[in-house]
Amino acid sequence: MTATLADFGIAFGRVAFVMMFILNLGGLLTWVERKQSAIMQDRIGANRASIFGLRIMGLFHPLADAIKMLTKEDFLPARADRFLFKLAPFVSVFFGLVAFASIPFGDTLRVGGRTIPLQAVTLNVGILYVFAMLSLGVYGVMMAGWASANNYALLGGQRAAALMISAEIAIGASIMGVVMWYGSLSLQDIVRAQGSLLFGWIPKWGILTQPLAFILFLTAGIAATKRIPFDMPEGESEIIGYFVEYSGMKFGMFAMADFLETVVIAGLTTSLFLGGWQVPYLYEAGFRFPWGGTLGLPHLLVVLLQVGAFSLKVVVMIFLMMLIRWTLPRFRYDQAMRLGWLGLFPLAILNIVLTGAVLLAWGSHP
Amino acid sequence: MKAAQRFYLREVISGLLLTGHHFFANMGKHLAHAFGRRDARGAVTIQYPEERRPLAPRLRSLHRLVRREDGSPRCVACMMCETVCPARCIYIVADEHPNPDIEKMPARFDIDLGKCVFCGFCVEACPEDAIRMDTGILEFSSYSRRGMIYTKEMLMALEPAGPNGVPRSPVPIPADRVV
Repeated sequence: MTATLADFGIAFGRVAFVMMFILNLGGLLTWVERKQSAIMQDRIGANRASIFGLRIMGLFHPLADAIKMLTKEDFLPARADRFLFKLAPFVSVFFGLVAFASIPFGDTLRVGGRTIPLQAVTLNVGILYVFAMLSLGVYGVMMAGWASANNYALLGGQRAAALMISAEIAIGASIMGVVMWYGSLSLQDIVRAQGSLLFGWIPKWGILTQPLAFILFLTAGIAATKRIPFDMPEGESEIIGYFVEYSGMKFGMFAMADFLETVVIAGLTTSLFLGGWQVPYLYEAGFRFPWGGTLGLPHLLVVLLQVGAFSLKVVVMIFLMMLIRWTLPRFRYDQAMRLGWLGLFPLAILNIVLTGAVLLAWGSHP
Repeated sequence: MKAAQRFYLREVISGLLLTGHHFFANMGKHLAHAFGRRDARGAVTIQYPEERRPLAPRLRSLHRLVRREDGSPRCVACMMCETVCPARCIYIVADEHPNPDIEKMPARFDIDLGKCVFCGFCVEACPEDAIRMDTGILEFSSYSRRGMIYTKEMLMALEPAGPNGVPRSPVPIPADRVV
């Protein structure tokens, strides 16, 4: 098979779409965070940045932030490890960006005799890939903590490592139930399997088949983003955390990595538990309702609906995660550890056992 | 701690319901406001430089020196305010008043607002009702300490505040202020 220019173009387009999706969403999240928290707290939120007197609800604030951070002094502590100190934020952002690659944002697009999978990378072990990238992201944080030559930064880095281990174990164990239920490690297969119906009318989304796993995964996933209520690595009120010595855009990159991880966790939750790009009762040919009606739709519209549904679900998940971030008080370090090891992990194991028992009783994959 | 609280999830959900309710209720009010319902307010924010809270009538704001009908200060340079001032921010130099019926008047009357604690003792101590703190001016700031010293001429030019504490005179700016 010879790769033509069109193949390169398609591959580039797939990666570009995911890149644009996650980068723009991640950049926009600074604005969402400010505005959503403001509205939750009966405030208005940042609305002063303007271009030619135009304010459009403070949407220029991310831009103003970026300009501010790019023009600030890029401080390097005298005793810091120069190479690792400069590398750390890039590691954090890089793994946040690439983690989204194997999350499918649609089924397949058929154009001109080609079948294009709507996924940046088609991997048959997609889940493992996302987890590998999410776990590697913590190396940037640990690197930052270690290379800063600052005790508080070191503390933050250590806490990040400890938190990540306890969260990752719970994440890995909680999705095991989903993997057992749908019988695949490929995210695309899992999403496709969620399109079938339970009892003939309920979409078989992961949140219905694996409710316990959903709660565990969401909790551990929020812990993996290192944001409040699990912000031990930062701990604004006690230690400033791993980025205490960072300034300018390098600091901004750590903040961005948190937002990117939020998007990744939202995307993963969508794919595993909310049916990914599935629209209820929408099949390749169009809608087919359980009560008998059908509505034929052209292929392109179906794909658009799927991509739109995926984006909408991701946005709703991000809204929920932001709501949690601005509602709950933060855990103490020992409380977070206890929750991870004595709460989430045993429950996730219990979920695996229960899922196994149900599958055994059912005989095969229901 | 009750077992239900230890389980934590129920409390989390009730908290999320509360904040979520705030979000959607406020969002609805914001939308109603955007679509023409001017009385719907989704936030309690007062957008400060454009909107101002009404000031209480008794609020102590920037001082002013009350003028006589001929424009000279009502102050007789008795030094009461300078004496009572706990921050020692008032500096008075006395002079003869041209009118023989009035004994003295201040040649200089400087208030260092960088030191002033706005206790209002000077207003209470004044036997002539010559100094008042009713201008409604709150925004006086300077990049230098020198710029915080307000002289007799500046203080005499000020007017009392209008209704709701809206200032009627501009914020006086010292002539030698840097920037």
